Amino acid sequence: MVCKSRILEVALDKNMKILIVDDFSTMRRIVKNLLRDLGFTNTQEADDGTTALPMLQNGDFDFLVTDWNMPGMTGLDLLKHVRQDDRLKTLPVLMVTAEAKRDQIVAAAQAGVNGYVVKPFTAAVLKEKIDKIFERVEG
Amino acid sequence: MVDVNLEGSDSQVSSEIRSLAENMLENLEQGDVGKAVALVNDLNQLRDQTLYNEIGRLTRALHDSIKNLNVDTVGAASDISETTDKLAYVLTMTDKSANRTMDIADAGGPLAGSISERGAELSERWKKFRNREMNTAEFRELSKDIDEYLVSSSKNAAEIRTQFSEIVLAQDFQDLTGQVIHKVINLIRDVEGRLVTLIAMAGQVDQITGINHEFESSTPAPEQGPDITPEGPQTDSTADGVVGSQDDVDDLLSSLGF
Repeated sequence: MVCKSRILEVALDKNMKILIVDDFSTMRRIVKNLLRDLGFTNTQEADDGTTALPMLQNGDFDFLVTDWNMPGMTGLDLLKHVRQDDRLKTLPVLMVTAEAKRDQIVAAAQAGVNGYVVKPFTAAVLKEKIDKIFERVEG
Repeated sequence: MVDVNLEGSDSQVSSEIRSLAENMLENLEQGDVGKAVALVNDLNQLRDQTLYNEIGRLTRALHDSIKNLNVDTVGAASDISETTDKLAYVLTMTDKSANRTMDIADAGGPLAGSISERGAELSERWKKFRNREMNTAEFRELSKDIDEYLVSSSKNAAEIRTQFSEIVLAQDFQDLTGQVIHKVINLIRDVEGRLVTLIAMAGQVDQITGINHEFESSTPAPEQGPDITPEGPQTDSTADGVVGSQDDVDDLLSSLGF
């Protein structure tokens, strides 16, 4: 397993373009810093689904990291829009959220989320989920 | 707190009603119908008077109660709008502190990185020297680098120590926001208590005027599919339907085929 993830690390494109969506600038910064520590520096930010969706539609992003509870368009609605969009529907989506109810997690899974991290979280958890998502996407 | 206890006046009114009714009965038994009818009038008057008194009293109590809620209709200086300002202050403070902490960590990271990377590199070269694999020129170079490293790492470490204490200082928001949140909690408790009083008062109005509310429908609204909306952080991770940890989330997702 260790060996596998090490190979994966090499395979993961550190230049992939990532959109971070959260209404709190501090949380966006935390996620951005963690991603930077993991070697991903090509990141952009949006403060809710309404701003994020046009960015995704015009911006050839490789990965979406989104919060759920946001004013305007929520992360779940953003996810649904992404899955309905022909050009975006295969975009890997990681939800990083404080929503921790069973029903909510099931709903996110049904809407087609690729990974789900509950806040507060650690760098290790974030890394593990990202690795897992791209392991699945690429394998 | 406004007193809505009406039992005292209630018993007074009912004893008056009783004495009037007893008088009326007495008059009827004695065959004095005229007096009995006059007493019916008195009864009516008593009822009206009680009603007016109680409504007056309730209006005053209601007025006081609303005044005590401190909800200023004009808006500016009410406790509620003050509370909104207070919560905005909490938001600002936590935001500022989080950013300050991250700024410091961002600044300190490269310093620690340089100590560690440079140290590892020098240690490799030192090993080479110990193994007598180094010529004089190389050693001269190494000695110069070690000299520089000792100076710079001592400076970097001192700076990191300063940064650590700044990070600790940046946590002062907890004390300040904590005090504000306590105030807000107290206000909410107070408002809740007063609202309960208002509700009790509304109940008294119904009782005095003899109004019976026909509740439109006591049947619950028809079941709609589960409405999945964001709720924010769960403060009780043991509550029903709440997933306790990331591990539980992972278990749940893998049970769904993830």
